[in-house]
Amino acid sequence: MRAPTPTETSRADAVQLERLTVERGGRIVLRDLTASVGAGRVTGLFGPSGSGKSTLIRAIAGVQSGVRGTINVLGERPGSMAVRRSLGYMTQDPSVYDDLTVAENVRYFAAIHGGQIGSVLERVQLQSHATQLVRNLSGGQRARVSLATALVGRPRLLLLDEPTVGLDPLLRRDLWQLFGELAIEGSALLVSSHVLDEARHCDEVILLRDGRIVAQLTPAELASRTGTDDLDEAFIRLIEQR
Amino acid sequence: MRTARTLATARRVLLQLRHDPRTIALMLLVPCVLETLLRLIYAHHRAAFDQAGAPLLAFFPLTTVFLVTSIALLRERVTGTLERLLTSPLGRLELLGGYAVSFGLLATTQAIVVSALTLGPLGLRVRGPVPLLVVLAVCVALLGTGLGLLASAFARSEFQVVQFFPLIILPQFLLCGLLVARERMPSVLHAISDALPLSYAVDGMHHLSRQTGAGGAVTADIAIVLGFAVSALVLGAATLRRQTD
Repeated sequence: MRAPTPTETSRADAVQLERLTVERGGRIVLRDLTASVGAGRVTGLFGPSGSGKSTLIRAIAGVQSGVRGTINVLGERPGSMAVRRSLGYMTQDPSVYDDLTVAENVRYFAAIHGGQIGSVLERVQLQSHATQLVRNLSGGQRARVSLATALVGRPRLLLLDEPTVGLDPLLRRDLWQLFGELAIEGSALLVSSHVLDEARHCDEVILLRDGRIVAQLTPAELASRTGTDDLDEAFIRLIEQR
Repeated sequence: MRTARTLATARRVLLQLRHDPRTIALMLLVPCVLETLLRLIYAHHRAAFDQAGAPLLAFFPLTTVFLVTSIALLRERVTGTLERLLTSPLGRLELLGGYAVSFGLLATTQAIVVSALTLGPLGLRVRGPVPLLVVLAVCVALLGTGLGLLASAFARSEFQVVQFFPLIILPQFLLCGLLVARERMPSVLHAISDALPLSYAVDGMHHLSRQTGAGGAVTADIAIVLGFAVSALVLGAATLRRQTD
């Protein structure tokens, strides 16, 4: 758990969801969600595969159709120009150009955000791969290129869909540390994962199951409410309590 | 800012191609081989070569750019980079502008290389101004970008998108006046050919090869081709929907 920082005492919500329902192909994927993502904090989005994590992230990014209810992103409507200027979005499958080098990918996304590459490659530990073609990288390295392209332009809101999946434990730890630093710098982060153990790196977690929110709370609240430090066990108890 | 994003996109598309030198080589060499082949086929029919050689110069950029654009944009749709771009400040027209600029440059290079060979060593006789020939080729390339973009919207895989080539391009080839002059076609086919952009590109090339001082007629043909190209690009832009299922 990360120590509280001064920014958190005066936090505002970067994202507010009210009674959000998403229908895909005649099926309700998300039902009646009300939740928020605070500025200057890392909010974890946890739930099993198929619980609706990616759909929720896509809805906030403004690319999901079939959305009902209210989504407020940085005081604007999702997909508006004001939001797009301040948004970093990493999709679940690495969406970068295979036939460009790492640096060329990052430079392109920096250019369309009107920014510089800066230290983005160092932050995702890819500086030694800068001149390699993405197609020659491993899955985990590609995911980090995708993450790097989401970080350029210093976005106020970062939507990261499973950024740590398939990475070795050391790198996972470093990335969570990076997310914490970005939050301290003032960004709001919504980070999805299906590994509940990673909830301990978050300031707050949203637990999703079958398209519904089980709970939104801090990891400490989760432990006290369920009487266990084992996050898997806590999740099970929460569901059984309902 | 707007132009900066368009140019960044054009640069990115060109960089992607630069990492694929074989594709560039094929784009430049294949039309040269085909024009040479045509010259050899018509070795004893110089007039026939003059007749067919120039219209083909307009046909090459259409095929090349159509194929490259449709596959490149299909990839953007399938790999998720398009979704990613649509959540960024890059506008849809800026994205298309980037593609148009990069493929326009490519088509210019192709047109210069192929016409240098065809007008030079192969001895194709053209009476009109040669720069207009290159301008026409570039407009046809923009048309190829627009049509390729449209095709990519209706395909789910590279197999499918390639099948749009015989559907969209070959009928235009048959009706454009290269095989049979459009005036001599049955009236229904003539009317259909009037609605197809390649017909005007070929008309323009015919004007260039047959008449001196055909600048006015060619300019009109170029304007029509350009009109089709812009329409296709705008229609194509409408297929770049931000919200998908």
